[in-house]
Amino acid sequence: MSGLIDLYLQQFKTSLAAMLQYRAALVIWLIGQILEPLIYLVVWTVVSQTQGGSVGGFTTGEFAAYFIGLMLVNHLTYTWIMYEYEYRVRHGSLSFALLRPVHPIHSDIADNVSSKVVSLPGMFLAAVVLGLLFRPTFHFVPWAVAAAVPALVMAFLLRFFIEWCLALAAFWMTRVNAVNQTYFAAMLFLSGQVAPVALLPGWIQTTAAILPFRWMIAFPLELLLGRLTPIQTMEGFAIQGAWIGLGWISMRIVWRAGVRAYAAVGG
Amino acid sequence: MTILRLLWIYLRVGVMNELAYRVNFFVRLFQSLLELGTALAGLAVVFSYTDTLGGWRPDEILALLGVYFLVGGVISVVIQPSMEGFIESVREGTLDFTLTKPEDAQLLVSVQAVDLWGFIDVLLGSGVLVVALARLGERVGGLEAAMFGAMLTAGIGIVYAFWLILATCSFWFVRVENILVIFQSMYQAGRWPVSLYPGWLRYGLTFLVPVAFATTVPAEALTGRLNTETMLGALALAAALLLASRAFWRTGIRHYSGASA
Repeated sequence: MSGLIDLYLQQFKTSLAAMLQYRAALVIWLIGQILEPLIYLVVWTVVSQTQGGSVGGFTTGEFAAYFIGLMLVNHLTYTWIMYEYEYRVRHGSLSFALLRPVHPIHSDIADNVSSKVVSLPGMFLAAVVLGLLFRPTFHFVPWAVAAAVPALVMAFLLRFFIEWCLALAAFWMTRVNAVNQTYFAAMLFLSGQVAPVALLPGWIQTTAAILPFRWMIAFPLELLLGRLTPIQTMEGFAIQGAWIGLGWISMRIVWRAGVRAYAAVGG
Repeated sequence: MTILRLLWIYLRVGVMNELAYRVNFFVRLFQSLLELGTALAGLAVVFSYTDTLGGWRPDEILALLGVYFLVGGVISVVIQPSMEGFIESVREGTLDFTLTKPEDAQLLVSVQAVDLWGFIDVLLGSGVLVVALARLGERVGGLEAAMFGAMLTAGIGIVYAFWLILATCSFWFVRVENILVIFQSMYQAGRWPVSLYPGWLRYGLTFLVPVAFATTVPAEALTGRLNTETMLGALALAAALLLASRAFWRTGIRHYSGASA
């Protein structure tokens, strides 16, 4: 166990150094991460104002809180592992990772966490500025905010496991862009990025409850905003847990099959 | 006419290159349809809660979406691949070969790479535009159509000049493609009328990154909400930027000393 901790510490150090080398890339990535929720925030603010200050149970201020929160939750759970794997498999650099005595997922997790640490100040600054501009109404429910912390950690793990599985599609396909785009399109609606899930048509809400997307973003976010009842929260944790288990099992299966299929192009 | 002849030649080369990878067509078609589907579904959700968005009716926003895909397609067919190729060639030194050719170097650089499948977006955008026009009916007359054509041309001209100016910076700086990525990421804001955005963002999307001129202004012309000042302003800006980018390009070329030789 202490070996693993050392490993993570070392990995944090190297990834931090690498991140700080590519500051421009980090800024560009941040702009994209801020712009998308900002666009939908503006659209729903306008809709809400046209409808006299509230739409589908959200007031203008609550929309602001929702989308600013969305920006933060999305940032905390985001991974870009599928792009990474496409590159690694195509260029054969995965071969080196496979030679190491530990599972490559550890360095991926450490990488992801350290990049978030580096960009978090920028993200918080953006949240504060948007908060001043759009005046969000935030209902502080202490137990819900406390519960949102484990929900966020679980959402991060869930998203990481699922996207890691998706990334491994690169073992069998050379062009995985279309797969990723389909995934992100589903995510856009089912995780509440276009609009809060409660505002979507009924059949999409049902789909969202079954699939993992909602539990990666919308659930911790709604919990944080105090929009969920204790029972809904318990249900949410149960579904998150189930999906994490499922994600972990399929990750192991796909990884084993994938490594066997890997032919090290280039290498 | 040289420009058309050259564009035709490079287009043919692009077609021949791409036809070797025919499966790409289906992949790209799928991706474009998915993007369009996502955009339409997003509109459907928004308009299930309201009849107008900042004074725009659903069919008018649909027309804007058509313009967004159309202009985005034009950018991805020739402007983006050519400018990326140009930046690359400055770094690699292969620009030397372009400069020795007996045609205008700016022209050669601007049409040097064609991404054939970008036409899918152009076609989809035109299709959306036709549907939107059919639904808007007689509210779009000959005058609106003419103004739309002029604004579309001006918008594409402004975007081209903007990219050329940024790409020309590569004569002095190494990593300019980063700024171009920012444009790509800001472009998605053009799916909605810029008048929705708060002042500072609208200003940024108009003057810092000319997204407004590429999508909102042509759509305004089509839906009859364009005032004369904006129209003249767009035309003047297009002319000024095209001239300025030309002058800047010349300065850059004079500065360029070749990296390969």
